[in-house]
Amino acid sequence: MVSANPAVVPSPVARKRRRRGVRTLSGRDKVVLSLMVGVPLLGVLFFIWFPAVATVLLSFTKWNGIGGLKTIRAEGVQNYVQAATNYPPFWPAVRHNVLWLVVFLVIATPLGMLFAVVLDRNIRGSRIYQSLLFLPVMLSLALIGIIWELIYSPNFGLLNNVIGRSGQHNLIDWLGNPNLNLWAVLVEACWRQAPYVMVLYLAGLKAVDPSLREAALVDGAGPWQTFWRVVFPTLRPINIVILVITVIESLRAFDLVYITNGGNNGLELLSVLITRNIVGQVSRVGFGSALGVVLLVISLVPIVTFLVMQLRQEKRS
Amino acid sequence: MTTTAAAIDRPAATPLTRHRAKPSAGRVGAHIFLFVAAILWITPIAWAIYTSLRPYNETSKYGYLSWPRQLTFENFTTAWRQADMIHYFWNSALITVPAVILALGFASCVAFVVSRLNFWFNVPLLIIFTAGNLLPQQVVITPLYRIYLTIHVPHFLSSNGLLYDSYAGLVVINTAFQVGFCVFVLSNYMKTIPHEIGEAALIDGAPVWTQFWKLTLPLCRPALAALATLLTTWIYNDFFWAIALISTGNKRPITSALANLQGQFFVNQNLLAAGALITAIPTLLVYVILQRQFIAGLSLGSSKG
Repeated sequence: MVSANPAVVPSPVARKRRRRGVRTLSGRDKVVLSLMVGVPLLGVLFFIWFPAVATVLLSFTKWNGIGGLKTIRAEGVQNYVQAATNYPPFWPAVRHNVLWLVVFLVIATPLGMLFAVVLDRNIRGSRIYQSLLFLPVMLSLALIGIIWELIYSPNFGLLNNVIGRSGQHNLIDWLGNPNLNLWAVLVEACWRQAPYVMVLYLAGLKAVDPSLREAALVDGAGPWQTFWRVVFPTLRPINIVILVITVIESLRAFDLVYITNGGNNGLELLSVLITRNIVGQVSRVGFGSALGVVLLVISLVPIVTFLVMQLRQEKRS
Repeated sequence: MTTTAAAIDRPAATPLTRHRAKPSAGRVGAHIFLFVAAILWITPIAWAIYTSLRPYNETSKYGYLSWPRQLTFENFTTAWRQADMIHYFWNSALITVPAVILALGFASCVAFVVSRLNFWFNVPLLIIFTAGNLLPQQVVITPLYRIYLTIHVPHFLSSNGLLYDSYAGLVVINTAFQVGFCVFVLSNYMKTIPHEIGEAALIDGAPVWTQFWKLTLPLCRPALAALATLLTTWIYNDFFWAIALISTGNKRPITSALANLQGQFFVNQNLLAAGALITAIPTLLVYVILQRQFIAGLSLGSSKG
């Protein structure tokens, strides 16, 4: 079931016919088509792409957002200099975002793949296991943050009570201790991310032609070899998708730390700093934008990777 | 090469040639691994449910890690009343329902043009929509916040006359943000529909709209159902847009109102657990009834390849 449809590779004849079809559009058809594309396009350009470009431009200016647009002053790279040298939460936030990404790449994603591979063996009850593991993906991250507070709470939490550290003298403040809390929150994040990867990967595995595996088995390959040499290479597209999702999700991380403590005291992330600089009466628009550009530049790497992959496939078909 | 159609039609496709029933060491290992993982994964939720079902005075007397003397739904009713949750559910509905309908409507239109007709701008269009959905929200929030403060809308859409701090504003941004993903999924899906179907209609002189509405969309029902499930969950679960673009506490949808709930029930973990779990009810319904659709939607988004 690699190729589920015959229409993906149209014959030259069909393609020619299609062109002719477009040429026969009536005037009314043209109006309808322009509206069908135009309205959504304007919406996305105005509410997503225009702000994205404006972030870049505003990052070179100073503006407190109170006066009109005329009060915007050009400032060169001052905002970036200030972020790097004179804004204490900046480097911790960068470090935390990087750590978030690394943990997702090294722990959550491989774990999700492992779940998928084991579930794909179709042992008895795999549907039930899959459903149970999958549950966190449905929940909002804000809710996940609260659910885990019941685990991590120093006096009342499950964890401290189980390991016997809930007394006043020896309790561990999992979410309050700045050396611990990021790791504690990362456990929450992986708890949701691993099954997310699992579901995506499972779909990819199900689409692998079973005869490939059989051929490998007949040739005397073990399960380990079969997976890495035969199955894994055919999953290249889905591997890239998962990589992209992993990077983007770790850049977007916001909800968990915000619900836990507002993103302070060891839980700083770039996304939190940006939000902090724009919300409120007097906001540092230029400075917040500069932080946004940092995020934008990093996120362009996976976005471009993904688009290049898509375009290649587009051309192939 | 695409697996979209397959992913929807047979989400649990069992390859015919899997060996079963041979209890090898690998199988036992797999069972143990999955069993332990499932227990670990379910523990936080089970613990939250257990906590929410116990009366406050019981847990304060015997501790949270203790056998139950009494289990009751009282925390749920108290949280429901005290936090005025029905109000926040209504807010969520006001935002989620229009946003899902608009995103799917717009996306089907764009996907139809991109996948069924042959224009030079199809590829750039697809890039604009798809890439827009991949940007982290915080990249656009700074200018967007300013834009929202300057755009005036009629008063029946927003009580303060601005997009900022209004339901309409959240509908707009959720739609704009999700439409890219839907375009991507739907255009992949529509490409799997044989072109002859549309061509016959064109030759018969049917207008483009008929081709779209009467011929293409009905064939996309499985994909639309899967996407609707996915989008409803995602938009309902949104936290960031509502935190950044809504300043009036009681205009917030329920997911971002969780932040208030936390402050309100800070001293009573049982109430907090109950209140938080109530917010999960709609997603749990989706989980129980529409899990297949949800997973199919996710797979559709990733399995182009």
